[in-house]
Amino acid sequence: MNLFFHIGRYFMLMFRVFSKPEKFSVYWRQIIYEINSIGIGSLTIVAIISVFMGGVITIQAAFGFTSPLVPLYAVGFTTRESMLLEFCPTIVSLILAGKVGSNIASEIGAMRVTEQIDALEIMGVNSAGYLILPKIIAAVLINPFLIAISMFLGLAGGYIMGISTGACTSYEYIFGIQAFFEPWKLNYSFTKVVTFAFIITSVASYYGYYTDGGALEVGKSSTKAVVMTSILILIFNLILTQLFLTH
Amino acid sequence: MIEIKNIHKSFGDRKVVDDVSFTFYPGKTNLMIGESGCGKTTILKLMVGLHALDSGEVLYSGQNFPALQAKEKQEVRKQIGMLFQAGALFDSQTVEENVRFPLDMFTNLSREEKDERVNFCLSRVKLEGRNNLYPSELSGGMKKRAALARAIANNPKYLFCDEPNSGLDPKTSIVIDELIQDITREYNITTVVITHDMNSVLEIGENIMFIHKGKNYWTGTKDQILKADNQELYNFVFASEFMQQVFKAAKS
Repeated sequence: MNLFFHIGRYFMLMFRVFSKPEKFSVYWRQIIYEINSIGIGSLTIVAIISVFMGGVITIQAAFGFTSPLVPLYAVGFTTRESMLLEFCPTIVSLILAGKVGSNIASEIGAMRVTEQIDALEIMGVNSAGYLILPKIIAAVLINPFLIAISMFLGLAGGYIMGISTGACTSYEYIFGIQAFFEPWKLNYSFTKVVTFAFIITSVASYYGYYTDGGALEVGKSSTKAVVMTSILILIFNLILTQLFLTH
Repeated sequence: MIEIKNIHKSFGDRKVVDDVSFTFYPGKTNLMIGESGCGKTTILKLMVGLHALDSGEVLYSGQNFPALQAKEKQEVRKQIGMLFQAGALFDSQTVEENVRFPLDMFTNLSREEKDERVNFCLSRVKLEGRNNLYPSELSGGMKKRAALARAIANNPKYLFCDEPNSGLDPKTSIVIDELIQDITREYNITTVVITHDMNSVLEIGENIMFIHKGKNYWTGTKDQILKADNQELYNFVFASEFMQQVFKAAKS
């Protein structure tokens, strides 16, 4: 019953979030602010993780391919497939669920317990729309760019490690990351990214918006938001993978 | 004018507001007084629609607010300014952005006109030159004044103040009280102030309702309160030694 209560309340909140904004110019300004906060603010962590993970995947692939029958360009190929299909869209989204999700839940939760949301409501502002819609739009717009950068840096990290450790040559790695490339896989990746961006922002906002109590409850909401967002990302990852990769 | 008629509110089995009726007049500082937990803030939240009424009416210039459609409610709310107990300023915005917010949201004023209005409101609450400070950089009294500037920015018809003096020193309390009274008179606003500060009551109480255990126990003015023949009110007003001394001095 508790689950149905949360699902029902979540959809009712989303109905309020997607109702007509009071003033587009104010919302637009908020979207720009959130793009900076959610996207640009996460660039450093995404870049660092992507470079290192690209490097690690390359080393692991090279370590695994001991048979002389496996060509060395398979190192680049494996790195590309791992980064594009799973690491960048899913694992980076899980990392963003921790960073951005907890931030959103605690920000909105703190606004709730300090009556800032009540202040918005009393002014006649749709607080759900004003606070949550710009975050969702910003994440859905900026996360694909963030993940594209992550893909590029991951492959670059793999290149650096592949060459510096002698796992493969520059030619083999570059040939590998271009080999058997199927562009539709990018559709799959970016569909996941957009879906996860929506989940991260809307679910975290939901937990923040319905925070009740004080500082302790803000912390609890933030934790719940990260846990639930991560679970939902994994579930939707499975569903989308089944939909896209099953012929 | 705001009228509340026979309003009731319970949370579970606990009756918090029990058949309260009162009229709040424009141009006067209308006070709701009573000890902590007596239901004052709940009444205020019922009046502005943050809680749903169990029964009764809240009339804003004759319109029954709880019965209005969402859009009509929003129109009434645009005419409401509210000063929260802790200010409720938006943390991520500067003082200027806070005061500008209702203007950005609900008016089509030009940038210059908004600047002028913001600076006027800030000067009205004696916060000139503090435009670029964030709420975390303000003292308690400054936060209240900034919140008051935001509350009056859009020329409200109704102003609600939830314990505007709580946590303030007596001198700053007087400044806030005088500001509220001046603004109320100047713009003929219907102001509702929740307080349990007796200094405020005796300073600005032009139309007072005393709440006890969720009920309206007494109504009157600041001049009548010291002579009121009501035991519960007496216990509240003269709870402190200081007030008893004042009363004795006034009598003698």
